Amino acid sequence: MSNPHSSHDVPQQSFLRKYVFSLDHKVIGRQYLDLSLVAVTTGMILSWLMRLHLGWPTKAIPFLGAISPEAAGGIITPEYYLSLMTMHGTIMVFFVLTTAPFAGFGNFILPLQIGAEDMAFPRFNMMSFWVTFVAFVVLLAAFFVPEGPPLSGWTAYAPLSAVGKDAGPGQGWGQTLWVISIAIFCIAQLLGSLNFIATTLDLRTKGMTLARMPFSTWAWFITSVIGLIAFSVLLPACILLLLDRVAGTSFFIPSGLVISDRLQPHSGGSPLLWQHLFWFFGHPEVYIAILPGFGIISQILPAVARKPLLGPRVFIGCLIAIAFLSYTVWGHHMFMSGMNPFSATVFSVPTLIITIPAAIATLLWIGTLYGARLRFTTAALFCLGFISVFVSGGLSGFFLAQPAIDSYLHGTYFVVGHFHFVMGVAAMFGIFAATYFWFPKIYGRMMNETLGKWHFILTFVGVYCIFMPMHYLGLSGNVRRYSSFTVDYMKGSVPLHRFITVAALFTGAVQLIFFYNLFRSRFRGQVATENPWEATSLEWTTSSPPPHDNFGGRLPVVYHGPNEYGVAGKDGDYIMQDSPEPEQRASVSIA
Amino acid sequence: MMNSMAIESRPETARTGVWIGIATISMSFAAYTSALIVRQGANPDWVHFKVPPVLYFNTLVVLASSVTLYLAAGGGPQDPQLVELPATRARREIKWIYLTLGLGLLFLLGQIIAWRDLSSQGITLASSPSSSFFYLLTAAHGLHLLGGLGGLLFVAHRIARRSASQALRAYRAASLYWHFMAALWVYVFVLLAVRI
Repeated sequence: MSNPHSSHDVPQQSFLRKYVFSLDHKVIGRQYLDLSLVAVTTGMILSWLMRLHLGWPTKAIPFLGAISPEAAGGIITPEYYLSLMTMHGTIMVFFVLTTAPFAGFGNFILPLQIGAEDMAFPRFNMMSFWVTFVAFVVLLAAFFVPEGPPLSGWTAYAPLSAVGKDAGPGQGWGQTLWVISIAIFCIAQLLGSLNFIATTLDLRTKGMTLARMPFSTWAWFITSVIGLIAFSVLLPACILLLLDRVAGTSFFIPSGLVISDRLQPHSGGSPLLWQHLFWFFGHPEVYIAILPGFGIISQILPAVARKPLLGPRVFIGCLIAIAFLSYTVWGHHMFMSGMNPFSATVFSVPTLIITIPAAIATLLWIGTLYGARLRFTTAALFCLGFISVFVSGGLSGFFLAQPAIDSYLHGTYFVVGHFHFVMGVAAMFGIFAATYFWFPKIYGRMMNETLGKWHFILTFVGVYCIFMPMHYLGLSGNVRRYSSFTVDYMKGSVPLHRFITVAALFTGAVQLIFFYNLFRSRFRGQVATENPWEATSLEWTTSSPPPHDNFGGRLPVVYHGPNEYGVAGKDGDYIMQDSPEPEQRASVSIA
Repeated sequence: MMNSMAIESRPETARTGVWIGIATISMSFAAYTSALIVRQGANPDWVHFKVPPVLYFNTLVVLASSVTLYLAAGGGPQDPQLVELPATRARREIKWIYLTLGLGLLFLLGQIIAWRDLSSQGITLASSPSSSFFYLLTAAHGLHLLGGLGGLLFVAHRIARRSASQALRAYRAASLYWHFMAALWVYVFVLLAVRI
């Protein structure tokens, strides 16, 4: 096992050790964030290609043919459309929504917030990042193998994903690389989760009791527990799938399967087994993506509202309840899979129950905002945006949780709109809020607030223009996963699809403001003070950016919880967690 | 050199890490188990075969290795005041660690013999779902056990450096993992013997 203090013994580090194979959790956190920035750009470009094709299915996309031999002449075939969809989903779910809010921000901020010098196992931490990097490279390699990337979706349903190249272009090498990539990714996440849990349990500084832990640290901690259980099931599932593909076993491939006029040399496997194993991971994965956002919002809201978070213990109870319930609902992804209809009812009940802690958390945020004199920083705006899109996306979940309604909506754009809001956009808004909030701590400079506000307003309008109409499309029977709607009875949906495409291109272009702000502020931004937001947690007690050992040779001692806002402290209307002054009751009442 | 105060105040992160690792590995094997049960029930193509007899011997070997590792610590409580391990004690402890390591390698050798035994009967990874799970579970356990061997080597290295606290920490973490590997094997063995 690694010595947690080994990284601090060496004052002079080689370039490789300092920037590439660094053991410093802050460098590793930034590496994760940079990786997810590359990933999110890739994923977004893929979504543009899909949107362009959905809006104008007969038009060739310039230059696409030159880059990708599968799209000869720039025309997207139905198969290539599915490949784009698969890679978009996989990249976004694994390498953006898991990597950025959890591994990226968690790595940088969590040890600072609990007053530790580093993670419990710095070497595991470094390995975890580089293993993730390898997984990403392996996945991208699928673009460059003969017949291109796989087309079985980010869920890789068997037997389509299991039988090999008979199942279509990309189902040969492309799908094999996909399985290997995800298996590698599981290992990285297990190492990362192990580190997060051990660090939170063992390396909290003096006085940092569990009750005094910041909400974001709570969320990362609970997320890592979910991740540990979820990825330790996905890894075996991937191994079984890989064996079906390369070793001739029959875990998931049924008897008598004829594909492309060829009888498959497998027998007796259970395609449903893959779905159970996958969704046992897949549903908790949704919470791995969104719970860090819960924590981030709860951490930022009090600081911008200058009021303590309403019901802090209830909030943490909600996180724990969601984590527990997230393991009881996976079957709601499988209402249409042909499993026993009675089990659909069984899965429907906890699915409806899990909305209760989620709704309570939302009400706590809104209650915190009630009567607050909100500081309208960009981070605050993204917090409000998070609540908005999370509610919008969550509400459509009520419909989908009921098997009878889901049987109509499951294969439609209603589901696409639902999960993009509640998992994609909400988690992205959490990432944006975290970026604008912690950027000064990470890079020692402030981001431009004016650009940030424009970024928020245009993105907020943009995402609603993209995903709200999808609910309407779904209700009107517009199926998902089709590459075009040129058939007579579906032609009516094309104008709306064009609108969505324009909105998607617009929202994508708006992100250039964010990129510009990000890169410019990194070098030219106004120099940040230690605590620009007057927040209470420990990361704001050290310099921006923090020194190599985080607190410059001392370890902070904690006297307060993270929630002491709206009080008469010695520095203002808040009390830092490490301030020895006496505790006070919040003077701001709701009425 | 660390004094006894430092030993008590610094938490044993390595041991915590092993506990978390145990949770992960347990979950993985739970997944394999549920896959096995579902696959066996899915279709009547499950072929029963006798587990290779060498596995009974192997079970004894891995249990014996757990005992020898326990004896490496002298079997009794550690003296918290001890700073440097006496040379004679370090030599004795290393001997037990190497014995454990030898038993671990013997176990792996036995597993390979079991594989060869089966494959000579034409029972291979792809020949039936039961044999698929046999190879899968034994290979997964074997790979995890290899990690445990690495841990034992690390403990021997720490004992050789004779810092009592560091050796103790490494030992407590690695031995926890090793005992879990033994218990996990018993579980895998019973599962295979009953189901296959």
